[in-house]
Formats: sequence, structure tokens, C-alpha cells
Amino acid sequence: MTLRARALAPYLFILPAVALFATFKLYPIVWSFLLSLFRTEGTVQSFAGPANYARLVNDALFWTALGNTGVILVVQVPIMLILAGALALAFDSALLRLRSVVRLGFFLPIVTGPVAYGLLFAVLLNPQSGLVNWLIGVDVPWLSDKFWARIALGLALTWHYVGYNAMIFLSRLQSLPRDQYDAAAVDGAGTWRSFWHVTLPGLRPVVLLTVVMSTIGTLQLFDEPYVLTRGGPDNALLTLGLYLYENGFRYFDFGYASAIAYALAVVIALLGVVQFRVLRDKT
Amino acid sequence: MKRVMLTSVMLLAVTAMVGPFYWLVVGATHSSAEVFGSPPPLLPGGHLLDNLAHLQETVGFGRTILNSLLISGLYTVLAGAVCALAGYGFAVYDFRGKEALFGLLMLGLVIPGQVTLVPLFKMMMAWGWLNTYQAIILPNLALPFGVFLMRQTMSAMPRELLAAGRADGCGELRLFVRVALPPMRPALAALAIYLFLYQWNDFVWPLIALRTTDAYTIPLAIASQTGATDTDYGAILAGTAVAAIPMAVLFLFLQRHFVSGLLAGAVKE
Repeated sequence: MTLRARALAPYLFILPAVALFATFKLYPIVWSFLLSLFRTEGTVQSFAGPANYARLVNDALFWTALGNTGVILVVQVPIMLILAGALALAFDSALLRLRSVVRLGFFLPIVTGPVAYGLLFAVLLNPQSGLVNWLIGVDVPWLSDKFWARIALGLALTWHYVGYNAMIFLSRLQSLPRDQYDAAAVDGAGTWRSFWHVTLPGLRPVVLLTVVMSTIGTLQLFDEPYVLTRGGPDNALLTLGLYLYENGFRYFDFGYASAIAYALAVVIALLGVVQFRVLRDKT
Repeated sequence: MKRVMLTSVMLLAVTAMVGPFYWLVVGATHSSAEVFGSPPPLLPGGHLLDNLAHLQETVGFGRTILNSLLISGLYTVLAGAVCALAGYGFAVYDFRGKEALFGLLMLGLVIPGQVTLVPLFKMMMAWGWLNTYQAIILPNLALPFGVFLMRQTMSAMPRELLAAGRADGCGELRLFVRVALPPMRPALAALAIYLFLYQWNDFVWPLIALRTTDAYTIPLAIASQTGATDTDYGAILAGTAVAAIPMAVLFLFLQRHFVSGLLAGAVKE
């Protein structure tokens, strides 16, 4: 092989990835921004400047969608992550038996896709005659009441993601250096104190990771609310993803849908930066 | 005592996690009327084939399963190749523009995929690619996370091994296939599982690009069954079981690779 050909080799290796990425990601990302500056009326598009963004700011449904996402972020994500942490600690304990059964329990929900478990929960939580209401003996109006629909979505999301986050916590727990625990024990620290001073600080990087991942995932939420209630009742489960889909692919208002998409990207970027700052500074 | 308590609490948690999955099997084997009977069924019934026949009638479920298998399988092979090639290129060579190009690809990790939905739809429409396999497979082949993972893994490759191969007159591509890839088998398996699971369960892009029932994948087919006035929940659960159970079985056989594949996914953000 000639030297010239060898100098070319690395470019040939990365060529498929770069070409595909440029065509199907970069180009659409730029195009999407341009589209957000146009008004779509039927098949006619006219330049509208920031008009779509101005409309967004005054659109009550946009704020509803953002608010719904905010509620999940503030309520479901922390509860789910605390549960995941507790499960990981329990799994890490030398006292636990039947480890392989427990591990299987963690993973079954993870490999079940969002549409599948969304539909499954829709049936389990059927208000009239679902299994859950039969088990608890109360007719909870899951999915037909605004408040309970949010709880139902939270339950489904927690079921799917808690084991996944627990496994991430667990992999970190198992890599924490044992000598720090030994040192804490020599200093007379009990289980609780060594948890507070050794385990928790050690978990900080994965807390950051799971919080950021959950935030990005929550902001892009689409599949579960779509199959549970199509965003209802009364827009209780409307998310930015659903609102984007409705505008883009039911009303074919591509300009407005693109503006929603860019708003979503900005919110994700902002929250990512804030979380990174907050959680890193405590380290 | 402590041991018994801890194990019992964990078994309770596991029951909450496995319970819905078990009941999916129960529901899939009952008719819609039985699913919502009082009391609801707790053991598997004999209605599975009727449920699947109903799906075959309404959406052509056999074709749906074939679509899902072909799309996910082709995607896994092609995306695996694209990511492994790029990961190798970035890991073992030094070349001009390397970090800039890698940074560009990693941009894909922070920009939400939903930003590209409208332009991709317009592209596919213009090319006449709606309702085709390539519309689903091509856009996500250069998965940034996959390139990242492959670069990480291949960085551990000892350069002397490659130098020795070159001294023997081995070409660059042969070197990649014969020397670099074989020790990467566990990482490739983990990536493959991640890719397959991702495509098998993907919903929003297929929902937009696949608009006729003969092009549907499994998630589309089962989601399309809801909302009608005479929704057949037995059929929905049977379809859902077809979506979920093969992945669970695969997991049982390939646990080790699954764990590393799914946890590797945790670095993607």
C-alpha cells in the first residue's frame, strides 16, 4: 500500500458515518431552524421572521405542555431516582439473597419498549375494570381524571426506568473504594454516618448522570402519553413532543412545529447547563 | 432476621416489576371480554391464537412482524458497521480535522432527535421514501453514541499489533477486519443489542414515516388498535406480548451482553 493511500485511510473509515450524519442530522437541524422562520399556509410558505416564536410565547397550550413536563421533572424524576438509589443499596448489600431473581426483575421492564408498556399500563389501569382497581378494591379514575392520569403516567415511567437507574447506581457503588469505608469504620462511624459521608459523596457523579438523562428523556417524552391517552384528558398529559407532532403531522404546520422543536432544544440545553453547574459545584 | 427482611422487601419490589409483565402474558391469552372480567383473569387462558388472528385481519400482523425483524436486523448490522468503522478511524489514526469532526458527530448527543422530524419527513416525501425500510433505517445509522462507544473501546487496542500487521504488508481494511475486530467481540455484541432494542422499540419516527398498514412495525400496529369504539384489548395485549417477550427471552440468554450494552447506553448523554 502506498503512503498516499494510507494517509487517506482514516478518512475512508469515518466517511460513512460523517456523510450519513451530515445528510440526516446536520442538514435537517439547520433546515428546521429555517423552517421555523416561515409561516405555512396550506402548501404556501412565506417568510415570517420570528412570528412563529412570538406565537409560541402567547400560546397557552405550549405553556401547558411545558408545565406538564415540569411537573414530571419535579415529582416523578426525584421519587424514581430515590427509589432507584434504595434498590441499588439493597442490591449491593451482602445480606441479599436470590440475587439473580432480583436482577431479572430489574431488567424485564427495561427491555419492554415504551409503546408496549404504555399499552399494558393502559389496560392494567383501566378505570372501569382494570386489574389494579380490582386488586386495591377502589375505583380510581386512572386516565380519565387529570390528576390520576398524571399519577398513571408517573407509575408507568417509574416501572420502566427505576431498574435501569438502579443498575447505574449499582455499578458506581461497586466501584467505590473499600478503604474509605474501612477508614470510616476505624473512626467509629456507624452504618448511617458512613453512608452519609462516604457513599453519598461517592455517588454524586452518577446522580448528575441520571438526573441529566432523566431530564432529557422527560423533555422528549412522547410514546407513553401518546399510547396512554393521546395527551388527554383535557391536555393533562400533553408534552412538547406531542404538541410538536400534532402541529407538524396533524395540521401540517411545519413552521410552527419547527419553532416548538427549537424551543425544546433550547430548554434541554438550558436545563442541562443548570443541572451540570448545580450538581458539580457540590462535589 | 435482617437478611430475611431485606430479601422480602426486595422480592416485593421485584413482584411489582415482574407482575405487570406476567399479567401481559395472562391478558394476551384471553379475549377482550375476559381481560376486563370481574374478577380479572390471573392465569393464562386459551385465546392467544384468536387474538393474533384478529391482528392479522385488521393490520396484517404477520407482515408487521416481518417488517420489524427486517428493519431492526438490517439496522443493527449496518449501524454496527458504520459505528465500528468510524470508531476505529477516530481511535487509531491521527489526521487533520479529527477532533473537529468527532465533536461535530457528538453534537448529535445533545440535540434532541425531535428537532429533525419535520425536515426528515419533507426529505422522505420528496424522495418518495415514505413507507419504505430505508426511510426508517438510514437516518439513524450514524448513531453518535455508537461511534462514541466504539472509539472508547478501540482506543484500548495495542498499536504495536497494528504496526506488526502493517510490517507484514497487511492493508488497512484487512487490518481492521482481521486484527482489530476479533478482540472487540464483546463490545460489538453489546452495541448490537443496544441497536436492535432501540430500533425494535422506536416509535415516533416510524409513526411519521410509515403511513400504510403494510409498512407498519410492531409498535405502530399495536398502537393503531386503540381508540376505536370496539377496541379489542385481548388482541392489543397479544400484539404487545409479541413486542415484549422476544426481547425478554433474548435477555435471558444474553444477560451479560445486555447489561453491558444497556449500561453503556448510560454514557450517551
